[in-house]
Amino acid sequence: MIRVQFFARYREVLGLAEDRLAWDADLATVGDLREHLVQRGDLWAETLGERGLMCARNEELCGLAEPLRDGDDVAFFPTVTGG
Amino acid sequence: MAIRVQAAAFDPGQELNALHAANTGIGAVVGFVGYVRDFNDGRDVGGLFLEHFPGMTEKALARIVEEANQRWPLLRVDILHRIGRLEPGEPIVFVGTASAHRQAAFEACNFVMDYLKTRAPFWKKEDTAEGPRWVEGRASDQDAAGRWAKG
Repeated sequence: MIRVQFFARYREVLGLAEDRLAWDADLATVGDLREHLVQRGDLWAETLGERGLMCARNEELCGLAEPLRDGDDVAFFPTVTGG
Repeated sequence: MAIRVQAAAFDPGQELNALHAANTGIGAVVGFVGYVRDFNDGRDVGGLFLEHFPGMTEKALARIVEEANQRWPLLRVDILHRIGRLEPGEPIVFVGTASAHRQAAFEACNFVMDYLKTRAPFWKKEDTAEGPRWVEGRASDQDAAGRWAKG
């Protein structure tokens, strides 16, 4: 099982704070998971497909090449704007 | 080191004084205070809501402090960031650094803010006359953080 969380504008546009996906060995990286979600439709492609997307694996910032394992907690969010 | 993420308002002067309080080996304290502006990207801002990623936020800030400690001889680093509803003029973030000599404190404070702006999971949603809007990330913030990259 992979838990995926969405924050800020992504959560609002998708109308979804989190989702759970069955573990699939084809989802080898965080980037593969992103690509899988982008296929869900236009809203998904507009949000998760954008350039400024950031991601985290198990609450640590990561790149799209980050390997995924069963049980991971992944988050996708727009470029951060704190401070 | 103190890292706080809180909805409650804070007093920047009190935060600055607290940095020095317990250590007479400290010769320099630098504090940065960020405030909510009433104007951004060409529009009046009536206030904002600050969202974060509970659980990750504190870890991300701790990692930034850890990295600052590796780069400079610091005696203390404090970060305080507010979340939730904020009005124009309110302090939103405090970063304080303390060291024996000033350069380390100046540089580390600058570094911590640059990394906080680009690596800590906070998002601002501003109230404008046209309704609420999410603030977009700035390339200038990415550039500012990039100058600390080790060559």
